[in-house]
Amino acid sequence: MSETATSAAPAAAVTSGRAAPAPTHRSRSGEARTAYLFLAPYLVLFTVFVLVPIVYGLWISLHAYDFTLPEQPFVGLDNYTGLFDGSSPFAGPFWNSMQATYLFTVLTVPLLLVVPLLVALLMNGKFPGRTVFRAMYFAPYVLGVAVVSVLWRYLLDGNIGLVNYYAGLLGLPDTTPWLTDLPWAWASLVFVTVWWTLGFNAVIYLAALQEISPDLYEAARVDGANAWQRFWNVTLPGLRPVLIFVTSVTLIACVNMFGQSWLMTQGGPGTETRTAIYQIADTGLTNFTSGAASAMSTLFTLSLILVNIVIFVLLREREGGRKGARR
Amino acid sequence: MSTATSAAPAGAGRERPGRRPAGTDTTASGRRRGKGSPVPRILAYVALVLLTLLFVSPLLYMLVTSFKTTADAGSATPQWIPDSPTLAAYREILGNPATPVLRWFLNSLLAAALQSLLIVATAALAAYALARLEFPGKKLVTLLILATLFVPPVTLLIPNYLIVGQLGWLDSLAAIVVPGAAGAFGVFFLRQFFVSLPPELEEAASLDGANRFQVFWKVILPLSRPALATLAMLSFLTNWNDFLWPVFTLFSPENQTLSAGLSTLQNANAVRYDLLMAGAMIASVPVLVLFIASQRYVVEGVSRAGVKG
Repeated sequence: MSETATSAAPAAAVTSGRAAPAPTHRSRSGEARTAYLFLAPYLVLFTVFVLVPIVYGLWISLHAYDFTLPEQPFVGLDNYTGLFDGSSPFAGPFWNSMQATYLFTVLTVPLLLVVPLLVALLMNGKFPGRTVFRAMYFAPYVLGVAVVSVLWRYLLDGNIGLVNYYAGLLGLPDTTPWLTDLPWAWASLVFVTVWWTLGFNAVIYLAALQEISPDLYEAARVDGANAWQRFWNVTLPGLRPVLIFVTSVTLIACVNMFGQSWLMTQGGPGTETRTAIYQIADTGLTNFTSGAASAMSTLFTLSLILVNIVIFVLLREREGGRKGARR
Repeated sequence: MSTATSAAPAGAGRERPGRRPAGTDTTASGRRRGKGSPVPRILAYVALVLLTLLFVSPLLYMLVTSFKTTADAGSATPQWIPDSPTLAAYREILGNPATPVLRWFLNSLLAAALQSLLIVATAALAAYALARLEFPGKKLVTLLILATLFVPPVTLLIPNYLIVGQLGWLDSLAAIVVPGAAGAFGVFFLRQFFVSLPPELEEAASLDGANRFQVFWKVILPLSRPALATLAMLSFLTNWNDFLWPVFTLFSPENQTLSAGLSTLQNANAVRYDLLMAGAMIASVPVLVLFIASQRYVVEGVSRAGVKG
């Protein structure tokens, strides 16, 4: 459809250029022509690097596609069935990586929904230095995964890391293998991810909190609601639209986790912390078995869409139920 | 997901970033505090200070370690003030031809600046058409662009790698500038902003005989400076920090970006934390400075995209 948009542009330009050299700006075809010209640069990028790849990815997944070989024979659904019946050499590693991804997601998402909310509530209100605090908690997010991972790899180093040193001072075990053994590796990956991205969600929550009308709190107080009741009946419903956004964004970010495990644990111990993206990138871009990697990424995407739909429906329904109850 | 597309009310972005809606001062906790005991307030401050420590001390330790000798950086007893501060780590990574950090820095800078420019230019044009012009297929184009906001990046990873390979762009600047500019966020972000601008201004200009492009260039763009700056900044940060894509599309040491280069540095020097922290500092300082200078825009941009979008 956007193909029509892009290809129609030059055609329209030619026709009107010939027939009507000076159309009025308000004329419909003139405006359409202008619109396509405005859209053209972006639509070229969008078509080549978003639309075509979506279709191309599916096509690749139906072929025994190896980047390094001259022929890429069509194999139908073999890449998919191989992952399900175990006949593909990637079946085991793939499902392990899916499991790792969803374990990481289940551990991280709830923390990234609740902790930033607590931080936002703490900062919601006028006090001196508020913007400074807000900036400080947001700062790690602007650093990017490479810096954050390298930094925490140092701090969590089992032998010379700060974390074990201070744990020792507090009388706790001071030789915890934070990055090289389970369950510590997962704890580290989850903690670092929360530390890194907490500020992003907190800032969104904070903005949403400030959109809630103070009158609602006033009315609740007049009705004799205590702090907890005010939170439950005013704050949470006010946050609900944003909650869908935050949940969705956080979920997508967590299932796409890659850099932390690539840099901090190298997927280890063994391949325990190898996430799906890690496995897909390794299969497709290091070993060049792109057919198998594309099939993996299709399955991965489908699973993600499914989870997102479930969450969306759940949050939506609860919202509807709430409104109904109040009326 | 539909909240993201439909909830943006007209007028959302009308005010300049940094504006405060009337009544912000009297938020719930602001009032609650007025009559309560000071204890919760003190507890809140204690919590804020502890959190601050948790956020600032790792970054501070990164800074401190980058000025340590190799031995001190690898010592089991942390030194917050180095015994013998030195620039040796910086000198070593900047001077090592296997890890040309200065070159990586320039690559990162160039890639992030070019992509940011490309995004702002193409997204502004497209967003204007979607916000203000009428044309057949408008709804479909809008929907398609917005729908891809929710396509997980991994869907594009393998095919885009092959497309970039077929274009002959692997291991080049084009690979890390162009494909990433096709994302839908910029168009979506600016469309919301343009929709909120009062149409009267454009009508006045076009009555004066300005064509659509002149209206866009002379009326819309100047009015949109804060939104354009926010988008440029967010795009710059995203590209500067991107990791997965450059790690796989850039091979030569001299073509790396800083964030991808850090993994080279890590693999080449597994336990040289003085070098790693110096490299991490070089990758951090520009974005931290950019962030501190434009903190308001970045944070506003993020919260506007989340709350109003």
